[in-house]
Amino acid sequence: MDILPILIDWSPYILSGVASTLGLVLTALGLGILLGLPMALGQVYGAWPVRAVVGVYVWFFRGLPILVLLFLFWFGIFPAIGLGHLSAFVVGAVVLGLRGAAYQSQIFRGAIQSVGEGQMIAARSLGMSKFTAIQSVILPQAMRIALPGWSNEYPNILTDSAVCYAIGVVELLTITSRIVTQTHMTMPVYLVAAGIFIILNYGGLKFLHGLEKRVAIPGFGTGAT
Amino acid sequence: MDQAVFLFDILLPALMQGLVITLQLIACSAPFGLALGIAVAVGRQYGHPAISWLCRTYVFLIKGTPLLLLLFILYFGLPSVGITLTAFMASILGFILCNGAYNAEYIRGALISIKEGQMVAARSLGMTRWQAIRSVILPQALRRAIPGLSNEFIYLIKYSSLAYMITVIELSGAGKLVATKYFTYTESFAAVGIVYLVLVSITTIAVNILEKRVAVPGTVRATPSAQL
Amino acid sequence: MNDNDIVLRVEDIHKSFGGIEVLRGVSFDVRRGETKVFIGPSGTGKSTLLRCINQLTPPDRGRVWLDGEEVTNSGARINHFRQKIGMVFQNFFLFDHLTAVKNVELALLKVRGMSKAEAREKALTELRQVGMEDWAEHYPAELSGGQAQRVSIARALAMDPDVILFDEPTSALDPELTREVLEVMKKLAKNGMTMLVVTHEMGFACSVANEVLFMENGVVAEQGSPDLLLNDPRFTRMKDFIGRIDSRMSD
Repeated sequence: MDILPILIDWSPYILSGVASTLGLVLTALGLGILLGLPMALGQVYGAWPVRAVVGVYVWFFRGLPILVLLFLFWFGIFPAIGLGHLSAFVVGAVVLGLRGAAYQSQIFRGAIQSVGEGQMIAARSLGMSKFTAIQSVILPQAMRIALPGWSNEYPNILTDSAVCYAIGVVELLTITSRIVTQTHMTMPVYLVAAGIFIILNYGGLKFLHGLEKRVAIPGFGTGAT
Repeated sequence: MDQAVFLFDILLPALMQGLVITLQLIACSAPFGLALGIAVAVGRQYGHPAISWLCRTYVFLIKGTPLLLLLFILYFGLPSVGITLTAFMASILGFILCNGAYNAEYIRGALISIKEGQMVAARSLGMTRWQAIRSVILPQALRRAIPGLSNEFIYLIKYSSLAYMITVIELSGAGKLVATKYFTYTESFAAVGIVYLVLVSITTIAVNILEKRVAVPGTVRATPSAQL
Repeated sequence: MNDNDIVLRVEDIHKSFGGIEVLRGVSFDVRRGETKVFIGPSGTGKSTLLRCINQLTPPDRGRVWLDGEEVTNSGARINHFRQKIGMVFQNFFLFDHLTAVKNVELALLKVRGMSKAEAREKALTELRQVGMEDWAEHYPAELSGGQAQRVSIARALAMDPDVILFDEPTSALDPELTREVLEVMKKLAKNGMTMLVVTHEMGFACSVANEVLFMENGVVAEQGSPDLLLNDPRFTRMKDFIGRIDSRMSD
């Protein structure tokens, strides 16, 4: 039997898997910024209790394997706090996002700290409050500095998203396994799935690098990775 | 059931057994992952164009594919083309391939960062190209790559858990089996998590010590310090 | 002397860093339209003094008044005073992610709450003042040091300050670029801007300063018109200092 007709037959199903995988990744990336940026600000500008809490959070989420985190939240924590009704997709996306926030917060933190201290001094000397200075002087620079490192989070989260298979999220790898079971075309189907992941991976990176070029400013931290 | 009985007579012994398998997985993968990484980096940087292309393609493909899918290919896929590996062997092979690709990237970065003059000086002493690479360039590059390589080692510890997905009952798998049997999900996975945190934290400390030990005065690091 | 003329009053400023007393009681008054130049060996607290005035470095002791209002211990109102006390830095500290004109606009928009059109017009006016209107759309990395410093002067001017503090504005510049910045500062002085300038440029001090304050070991050691400090035999310390610099330069 040939692989091509099988692919055509199953293409809607495969596409739904791609959509689900991208859904996981985009949710996780979004959640990562939403939580990671305040965490980074807390670590740089916050009082020591804030820094300590963020530090423990980062240590925890970076120290555990993604598989264990998924198991812990899917089977343990979420049901225990009354969120047992959440779908595997939501739990997968949230766990990827919580973990992503830990990694991304450190990218943002490094970027904020690499903005020269003169920028803050100059902003304050003009009468800006600390908040305004962070918002309109520090962050616009830090985000540009962080972008290359942040872009590299995309392939990490994409490849990690496949582990959501373990809690039954119907993403690309789950769908691949189902097609393998149904068709007994083992290797070709796996290789096609690998091909799709590779395309998503480098396609997404290409898009992000394009974005980096678009927000680039002459003589300002571009090309630095 | 008594908490203490569960913890000391059931959970911990199971996790200990799993931990042994996890450590075996890591011990069997890490040295080969490092060797592969060095070979691929050198091959890509200094090899014949065909070898260089091969090394680049390998890194490209591995970095683009989820490790879990790679493990599926090695364990479930290969038998269909006549190669059957045990789950343990398939896991190790997968980890070596993955670890090697990422290591290669760090080592290559470090190779590039070594100044041209080092090669010129070595050649001027009559060394061959390969001698120069082996005894002048690589010793410097590997030192610079230590932080990156350490991070990859820490990733290896964590991603060794994926072996469970192809039926190897390592640390995570042991925790999962206990959790399912006794309906103690939060406790079991929390305990598993603590073991990983300990493993990873010890490694981080050890790596930082190692880095100081092998440091050469006045040399710069190519990658930021390993940090968890 | 009419007290109303005094725009800035600095009284008994003390500041220590890690047990080392950098400023040991500095006091002076600044009249509107006056240019005061601070001269002295490095490490004698001149730059710290400027930062104590706008509270970027809060002094340990002593007080600062602007137009009769206390700047020290002013809490959140410090942001109001800082608008009125412009500052120009040795290393410019232009906002690296913004074009020249946007550097000047930013505080007008965020602090003054001006509309975009108003802020743009004001920013271009200030850039014209310093001869930088043709460079409005360039980023800091595309400017020479002298140009960047002129933009940073425009940025300070845009807030319509009562006084501008210059912290070694030409120390990071080549002699040629130094001249273009000093020309701008001379013009400001002539137009009646009140300025406090920390500098090593004796030529500028002699031609522009109403008063020179020679600082040594955290205090004002000598104080008077440039002519007085350079020619009156009762004053020796600044002359010694200048002599040391000159002999070092002729080595």
